[in-house]
This record gives sequence, structure tokens and C-alpha cells, in this order.
Amino acid sequence: MSLLPVTISVDTAVAAERAPRRLARLALPALALVLPVSLAILWELLVDLGVSDGRLVPPPSTILATLSELAATGELSRHAGATVLRVAAGFGLGVAAGTLLGALTGYYALLRRLVDPTLQALRAIPSIAWIPLFILWLGIFETSKVALIAVGVFFPVYLGVMGAIASVDRKIVEVGRVFRLSGPAMVRRILLPAVLPAYVVALRSGLGLGWMFVVAAEFMGASEGLGYLLVDGQQLGKPAQIVAAILAFAVLGKLTDTLIHLLAAPFLRWEDAFGAKR
Amino acid sequence: MLSLHGVGKTYATGLRALDGVALAVAPGEIVAVVGGSGCGKSTLLRLVSGLDRPTDGEVVLDGTAITAPHERIGIVFQEPRLLPWLTVAGNVGFGLADRSRAERAERVAQALDRVGLADKAGVWPRELSGGQAQRVAIARALVTRPEVLLLDEPFSALDAFTRIDLQDHLLDLWADFKPTLLVVTHDVDEAIVLADRVTVMRPHPGRIYETIETDLPRPRDRQSAAYDFAKRRVLAALDRSLDRKAVTDDGRTMSEAGAALWW
Ligand SMILES: Nc1ncnc2c1ncn2[C@@H]1O[C@H](COP(=O)(O)OP(=O)(O)OP(=O)(O)O)[C@@H](O)[C@H]1O
Ligand SMILES: [Mg+2]
Repeated sequence: MSLLPVTISVDTAVAAERAPRRLARLALPALALVLPVSLAILWELLVDLGVSDGRLVPPPSTILATLSELAATGELSRHAGATVLRVAAGFGLGVAAGTLLGALTGYYALLRRLVDPTLQALRAIPSIAWIPLFILWLGIFETSKVALIAVGVFFPVYLGVMGAIASVDRKIVEVGRVFRLSGPAMVRRILLPAVLPAYVVALRSGLGLGWMFVVAAEFMGASEGLGYLLVDGQQLGKPAQIVAAILAFAVLGKLTDTLIHLLAAPFLRWEDAFGAKR
Repeated sequence: MLSLHGVGKTYATGLRALDGVALAVAPGEIVAVVGGSGCGKSTLLRLVSGLDRPTDGEVVLDGTAITAPHERIGIVFQEPRLLPWLTVAGNVGFGLADRSRAERAERVAQALDRVGLADKAGVWPRELSGGQAQRVAIARALVTRPEVLLLDEPFSALDAFTRIDLQDHLLDLWADFKPTLLVVTHDVDEAIVLADRVTVMRPHPGRIYETIETDLPRPRDRQSAAYDFAKRRVLAALDRSLDRKAVTDDGRTMSEAGAALWW
């Protein structure tokens, strides 16, 4: 009898302690929204009150209207789809080439001496500078666009993989040697897991560049794609359409980045680094 | 039988790390190697493990020259060197990849049980204490049942209590199937508790200076007079190996504090 209130009070104490923590977990990310949301509301009010006509900087309501109209007519998904396809193709090619070359040059020091200086020199060229050459070589259609994106994705992936493989701890490699792993087994059981965290970082920065370069690629002439929406909005004086396309880029970029993060997470649970648990 | 014939090692830098090391270790024997810092103890173990190759002479295990890591030779490094992406069980079973899943699971469970970490099978290495991690490393080396186990200052990073604990533990494990143990250590007590024979090395270049039979009954009593006597002999040999002042063979004239300071 006398035990009962005690247990209850302990339970409620625990619950009381937990509740604010759960609140904090929800409230802290929400903190990030305070600034953009209040700015948006402020702008909306200023336009409503006639302080600004909102012609060059459309208020949120106009942008949302434009977005829903684009979505309703199927335009949004057509343009977004075209862009996503280009990024996917370019990212795939860039990642494949970057991983292969990065792994080979990371593993074989001789090959690194042979190939890396040339690649580093190529990397120093701003990739946009390739556009005219790519158009001459590959035409103005999809191929040159995908090639440009692939070039953008290639370098961070190549650098990340090469650096990671070359700097795998010799002590860990020796563990593999003591257990007499063959070359492929060494790669699969020691090198790959060891470089995975760095690889994921390289993929994510490669993807970021991929999204950047798709815009450049679509600027150079496209009849569809989010980049086309940007150019079209500029030429026809539709700032709401430009902002809508920018928002679509932001959402797609964030989504794909999160996708890589989520796909990699189960393989990186072992990580013991500052920040790994945040 | 593990034997070293005139083993020498010159590093690429031109540094002569070992010169003319001759040593024969009988199956099941425990030999400790002590010596000042930089006298080539780790180099010696790396040559025996096959991780490095000698520039002179050869390491022979039962008639085969060791030129690369060998399945009958295991090694425990100074650091645990666990693979952080494998659980404790995954680490222990690392050398059993060619066995069936069932056999591997059984031997891993047995090995973890033996080092007292059965409850840690599923955790990541980052969650282990230093002593636990080193126990996992020992289990990983022993699970393949090597005939020769090399240990390079395996407990030097641990506190005195854990060290004593793990020394006893190592002897327990050794008693299971009596592998040959070659233990490098900085700790004279460790050498005497573990070894049948203590080999004292001297530097520049590294060579064997003196070998002392401890000749103590097992299990060893760290408090006994015979233990103390063996310890003094080893300390005296260490002191002489560095061309310090002359001391009598039983080391009675030597100040223990002085002897303990230099390494
Ligand atoms: N990879 C290497 N290249 C060149 N010299 C080396 C290399 N490894 C070790 N040495 C040198 O060889 C000598 C012996 O080194 P070793 O690591 O075997 O000493 P040790 O007896 O294990 O010392 P400690 O007790 O400090 O661990 C040292 O002078 C060291 O500088
Ligand atoms: Mg050493």
C-alpha cells in the first residue's frame, strides 16, 4: 500500500523529466525556421499593405500559387524529372569514374605518380570552361550536359577516394596481412570498410556539385528542366517562376543528399568520431 | 620448433636494427624478450611474424622459412588494432572467414567466453575499455589456434592491476593448448611471471646479450624469494647490457631504483 504512491511519484518524476526533453528535441530544429518564416510573413504583410508592389520580389503567396499552378499542369514534374535524370546520369558516370580512378591511384603509388598530376591540372580548370568544348564535341543535347555534370561529380569523388585509400592506417592493413588476406579480400574486408565514411562524404560533395552543374548545363540551352524554368522566367520577367524553380532545386538537393545519408547510415553505425552521434 | 638463424635487419634508412640474432624456442615454451627502447624488439617480432623480411639469416618454423605471414603464427600488437567496423564477435572471428558459419560462431563464442567477454559479443570496439579491447585482440589471435603467438608489449598501455590480471589470464589461455609464446615487454615483472626464459637484448645494433632461465614453478608467486632472485638477475643483465657499472651476478650490489630508471 505504502509502496504504490512511491512508484507512481517516481514514474511521474521520470515522465516529467522526459517531457521537456522530448519538447526540446522537437523545438530545437524548429528554431531554425524562426528566421525564414518570420521574414516571409513580414514580406507578405509589406506587400499586402502596399508598401511594396512585390513585382520583382514576389511575396510567398504568389510563389506558392505559381508552384501549385506548375504542379497542376504537370509542368513542374516534367521539368524536375528532366533535371533529375540528367543529374542521375552525370552523377552515376562521375561516381563510377571517380571511384575507379581514385581507388587505383590510392592503391598503386606508381599509378598515382603517373596519373594524379594530370588530373590535378585538369581539376584546376573551372569546369564551366569545358562547356564550349563539350558542345563542339558532343552536340548541344543531352550528352554534353551529362558530360559536364559527370566532370563536376568526378573530381570530389576521385580526390576523396584516393585520399581515403592512401591514408588507411597501416596498422589496420597489417591486421589483414597477418591473416593472409588476398588482394581482393584485403580490398573488401579492410580497405572498403575503412574508407566508407570518407566515401560517403565524397559522394555527398559530388552530388552537391552535380546539382550545381546541372544548372550550368541547362543554361547552355535546354527545352526542359528546372534550369530552363530559370532562364524562361528571366526572359519573360516571371520572378515567381524563378523562385519556384529555386525552391524545387533546394528541395531536390536536400532530398537526394538525405537519401545518400540514410542509405549509408546502417553501414556507418560503428563510427567513433567527434560528431558521428549528432 | 621456432628457430632464428643469424637474423639481421637493416632498414631502408641504412639503420642496422638487428644483427646476428640466434634463438631457438621449443614448442610450448614461453620466452620473454626485454631490452632498452630502440634495441630492435619490435623489429624482431615483425620478422618472426613474417610482416617484414630479414636482410640476413632466416626465421624457420618446423623446417619452413618464414618470409610472409603464416597461418601457424599469430601476433598481438601493442595496441588492440581492432577493426572498428566489426563487432567484437566479428573481430574475433576475423581469421576464421574460411570456416563454416556455424563453426565460426561456436569458436568465437568459446574464445570470447575464455577471455571473459561473452556478454560483449555484439558491441562495437569503441565501447570497450583498453583492457577489454586487448583481451579481444588476444582472443582474435588465439581463435585460429596458432602454434606460435607473438606478443609485442601487449599490456604496456594498461594500468598495473589490469596488467597483472591479464598476465594471469594469458597464462590460463596458454594452458589450453600450449602454444609457443614470444613476448616482448618493458616490464621485468611481466617477463618473470610469464616466461620460462628471459632474453635480454642490447642496442646498436640490436642483438641478444644474455639469456636467463627463470626456472620457477607455475603458477608463480610474485612474492617469493625465488621470484625476487630471478628478477634481480634480469635487472642486473639489463644493466650490464647497457655497459653500466659492473654488478655481481645476483645483482645484490645494484640499486634497484637505478636499474629501474633507464628504460
Ligand atoms: N620502419 C623503420 N624504418 C627505419 N628504422 C626503423 C623502422 N622501424 C624501426 N626502426 C629503427 O629500428 C630500431 C629498432 O626499433 P624497434 O621498434 O624494433 O625497437 P624496440 O626495441 O621495439 O623499441 P621500443 O621498446 O621502444 O618499442 C630503432 O632505432 C628504430 O628507430
Ligand atoms: Mg617496440
